[in-house]
Amino acid sequence: MYVIVAGAGKVGWNLARELLAKDHEVTLIESNRRRYLVVEQELEHAVQYGDATELWVLERAGIQRADLVIAVTGDDEDNMLICQVAREKYLCQRIVARVNNPRNLQHFKLLGIRPAVSATDLILRLIEHEVPQYGLVQLLALEGERLEIIELEVVEGAPAAGRRVDEVELPEGALIISVLRGGAGFVPKSDTVIEAGDEVLLILDPGLESAITPQFTRAGAGAA
Amino acid sequence: MFILIVGAGRVGSAVAKKALEQGNEVSVLDEDPLSHEQLDKDLVDSWEDAGGRFTVGTALEVDALLEAGIEEADVFIASTNGDNTNLVVAQIAQRRFNVARVVVRVLDPARAAWYAEQGLDTICPTQHAIEMFERAALSPAEA
Repeated sequence: MYVIVAGAGKVGWNLARELLAKDHEVTLIESNRRRYLVVEQELEHAVQYGDATELWVLERAGIQRADLVIAVTGDDEDNMLICQVAREKYLCQRIVARVNNPRNLQHFKLLGIRPAVSATDLILRLIEHEVPQYGLVQLLALEGERLEIIELEVVEGAPAAGRRVDEVELPEGALIISVLRGGAGFVPKSDTVIEAGDEVLLILDPGLESAITPQFTRAGAGAA
Repeated sequence: MFILIVGAGRVGSAVAKKALEQGNEVSVLDEDPLSHEQLDKDLVDSWEDAGGRFTVGTALEVDALLEAGIEEADVFIASTNGDNTNLVVAQIAQRRFNVARVVVRVLDPARAAWYAEQGLDTICPTQHAIEMFERAALSPAEA
């Protein structure tokens, strides 16, 4: 796969390094001359000097044949426009944009830039969704598809502990998709018995967390 | 007409004053409070006394755009010193707030041309300068 990464900050540089290690062809574009010279010592010809919001810079990097364009500069306007021209002018099928200020996420959506990834937003969501007494972690939220994947720890004495998967009382729209036990994960069958100490992954419609968590925690615990 | 101008540099403030002089309602948004001086310059009274509005805020802040009156705007002018900011905020004005007339300054000729094809009313000072230089310096001298 040929990938263009715009912005050689910490995110862009590490991303380029990982993609190269996975044998992808990568061009990293950096507009700050000093930063470019630093990164160039390691990545050599895989990094180009230039402003990735300029069309000729993208064309020089070969955007016409890019399979994926990733815009991870520290500037949201730049990331929006790089992705917009990549998709609409150069018909690149896949784009990924970084959102620096989560408040700008609405603008990315308005311009049809998807997916737009905001590290701040992801961490905020983890903080909001992580209810310590339940040990619930939201792993993935597919907003467009309206699905979530969460991870829960099964507490000793919880209703689900010692029960078969098909006996766990789950609301409509929730499904146990994986069980992690003793460091290994497996896909449970309906007769798999959930044990205390297991970590279970569930896929669910958004908003069902509060109906699900009581099954995996002790009655009364965390009710405050 | 209600005219909202984002970016009160030389160009933005001059257009703002002209628009006010012509009897329009004019609101200016700029992130730098000092840019207010550009607007006061050459006016007998202050910009506000002359009837203008001024809001401090950045172009991508929706609250600032609302405060500056984007919902009532008939004309939106993006004239900050950043092409990328102008192109993004102009599209916000057009797509989200449905402003009837959106004019955007883009210094980069290549992108000014492409975004014009996409339906934005772009003005490219660089392109004008290139053409003027060509006429002034490269056209055959008149005998």
